[in-house]
Amino acid sequence: MKPEQSLPIRCDFCGACVAVCPVDAIQLDEAHWRLFAERCTQCEACVMVCPMNALEMKHEEPV
Amino acid sequence: MKNQYDIVVVGAGPAGAMAAHAAAQTGARVLLLEKDRQAGIPVRCAEGVGEGSFRKVFPQVPESWICQRITKAVIHAPSGAELPIASRHTGLLLDRKRFDFDLAHRAVQAGAELFVKANVHGMHIDKAKGAQVQVRWLDREVTVTAQVVIGADGVESRVGRWGGLKTVTPLRDLDACAQVLAGPVDLAMDTCHFYFSEHVTPGGYAWIFPKGDGLANIGLGVSGDRCADARPYAQLQAFLHQHFPGIRQLSATCGGVPCCAPMKKIVSDRLMLAGDAAHQVNPLTGGGIVNALIAGRLAGKIAGQAVQENDCSAERLREYEKTWQQTEGVRQARAFRLKQAMFSLNDERLNILADTVLNLPFEKRTIINIFKYALLKKPSLIWDAVKVFT
Repeated sequence: MKPEQSLPIRCDFCGACVAVCPVDAIQLDEAHWRLFAERCTQCEACVMVCPMNALEMKHEEPV
Repeated sequence: MKNQYDIVVVGAGPAGAMAAHAAAQTGARVLLLEKDRQAGIPVRCAEGVGEGSFRKVFPQVPESWICQRITKAVIHAPSGAELPIASRHTGLLLDRKRFDFDLAHRAVQAGAELFVKANVHGMHIDKAKGAQVQVRWLDREVTVTAQVVIGADGVESRVGRWGGLKTVTPLRDLDACAQVLAGPVDLAMDTCHFYFSEHVTPGGYAWIFPKGDGLANIGLGVSGDRCADARPYAQLQAFLHQHFPGIRQLSATCGGVPCCAPMKKIVSDRLMLAGDAAHQVNPLTGGGIVNALIAGRLAGKIAGQAVQENDCSAERLREYEKTWQQTEGVRQARAFRLKQAMFSLNDERLNILADTVLNLPFEKRTIINIFKYALLKKPSLIWDAVKVFT
């Protein structure tokens, strides 16, 4: 997976994605959304729960 | 910002501000940290509280906190049937912007040091030496040492995780919500509305809470694991289009609400959690303001006493956890069981339920009777309903 580190433009900084992330891979402050890709397990809970549909996960082809 | 305090409170919402206030009153040196630019902004809340339970915390409610008094409630079935509820209970629509700000101000007046735009991005707890909190404040990096940390950092609580507590919300129990403040609404301002439908809001409901002046908080929540087919923000726009064509949206917000069973552990060495961070929310309604106030006040007081006694171990702080679990925690567990039963009803069952209750005389259309008819096949839960709603 290629981590999308940039700020998703529809993001409302509500924290729902952080709340459901089982591995604490998402960090949020007043104006920054950050994914720690090395921790991400691609469970997609954050993608699922986002009220704004702001997140998308791009899976890489398995090597 | 100094480098040493007795108690650091992370998050200046209702739980954090109450905790900071209660802790400062014990004479402790208290630091209250808020990542946003002001306590109370942005508002991520439908702003409704039960008047009775709110007045138990604040017997004299300042008028400036109240936008609207609610005396009636109507439940809308999927069929469109309207079910006015008979209830003696009244509700208050708060001005959370003002309310949160005043609570933070109150904490400051009691001696707490508040810093806004202060983002806590790390924490390390040494059982013997103290807790170290990493704060990014403006362009500065500050390491603060404290005897006790109170995590009131909301649904996304990372403070709890750093302290080894299980704060992750199960996906199905996180209600993803979207809300707008919108108007003009041609509705009675003293009546709130709840819409239930498995298709529109699977695992949740839609609400209209009038805020006075022809404005209302209109929002909805969807169970986290059902969002893929019912994205809250899009569902809300469709809901508005259907029920209020041409309405103007003055503000929009999103958020996650932990509608879970009570958390088993909300303290560890030198650490306590309060409010949404500790999942202290009524899982049936998603309401959490009063819980946060009670929990924050209790946590702050016990943290202050622990500091005075120079014993900030998990064993000492567990007084908070125990007191909470034996009081509000019991109610939360009951409400969670009810939530699981109620939100498993499909639209057909909900419509039948509404028709049954509509056939009762008005004074019998109480919340408890609704649950009684909904739970005919699960009579053990009826007692839970009685305990939760009386």
